[in-house]
Amino acid sequence: MSLVARHLEANGIPTVMFGTAKDIVEHCGVARFVFLDFPLGNSCGRSFDADHQHQTLELGMHLLENATAPRTTVQANDIWSDDDDWKRLIFTDDQPFLSGEALENWMAAKQRYRDKKAAGEL
Amino acid sequence: MLSAELRCLDLPSVFSGISLGGPADSTAVVQVATVEITKLGGAMSAPVRYIDRTRDYYLGQGYDKPYEWAHHDDAPFTPLIKPLAESRVAIVSTSDIAIKKPNGDRDRDNDFAVGNVYSLPSDTPIDLLYSRQEHYDQHATTLDDVNAYYPVSRLGELVERGRIGELAPRFHGVYTGYSKRKTAEVDAPEVLRRCIEDEVDVAVMTPV
Repeated sequence: MSLVARHLEANGIPTVMFGTAKDIVEHCGVARFVFLDFPLGNSCGRSFDADHQHQTLELGMHLLENATAPRTTVQANDIWSDDDDWKRLIFTDDQPFLSGEALENWMAAKQRYRDKKAAGEL
Repeated sequence: MLSAELRCLDLPSVFSGISLGGPADSTAVVQVATVEITKLGGAMSAPVRYIDRTRDYYLGQGYDKPYEWAHHDDAPFTPLIKPLAESRVAIVSTSDIAIKKPNGDRDRDNDFAVGNVYSLPSDTPIDLLYSRQEHYDQHATTLDDVNAYYPVSRLGELVERGRIGELAPRFHGVYTGYSKRKTAEVDAPEVLRRCIEDEVDVAVMTPV
């Protein structure tokens, strides 16, 4: 996603990225980034909370209007929950990121990608 | 330094930290900013370090070579072309959005698609959209509310309020890349081509 944003910026289209993986986005480097310290899956706000989604979007609108240099990050002032178990457990042996059917689907998707590539479709 | 930056950007009161400009040392700036804001109230723990966490996790799973996340010292920047209230806005997303069948069921054929850039009409009713993405924190959240990662309804409301000009006719999807080279050299130029074709002024980028 960050690579696509960079390409648009380099070719004259301003972008704003919304995301929950701060280190990954900043490691790549984008022009404008709204960081929400929420689980992967809520890059644009709390689920079923239109007010919070608007609040999050507005941070991006302000960035578009006011940022003057690349790598400008704004962090929303929100916490996901009172405890940090979701942060502590993600990508650990205690709580595998993908398991069961999701893991099988991912492995199958990777194979389909390889097959398409070999067939010259990608 | 922080207060000067804040005045400069005139941001709303809901933000908590900011970093500005600079090459690879910007992370340090963020940490300074976060400390300052914590003093103002609202205890926020450090963000998850996904790069470290996924490296350790997959090495533990038996993968012998850690994934190398894309990294650049610099970043391109284009100022806003025209006022937001006059701008045409598109969503570009890796959230694998798809359209349900007319009867409301998921299109299982679609679920198995991988590969290239695709586009959906931006006026597709929200009730017909769903995400095929499984790379999200399934223990903490769901993807049941599409607007939480693909804010099509919210952007439509910003048009109604006059905050942005209009929505582009198409929104664009990029499959989560298995190849950084393909993303940079094939998919990104294709998204650009479609955005230029639609005369897009601003792109809102959303992973899940």
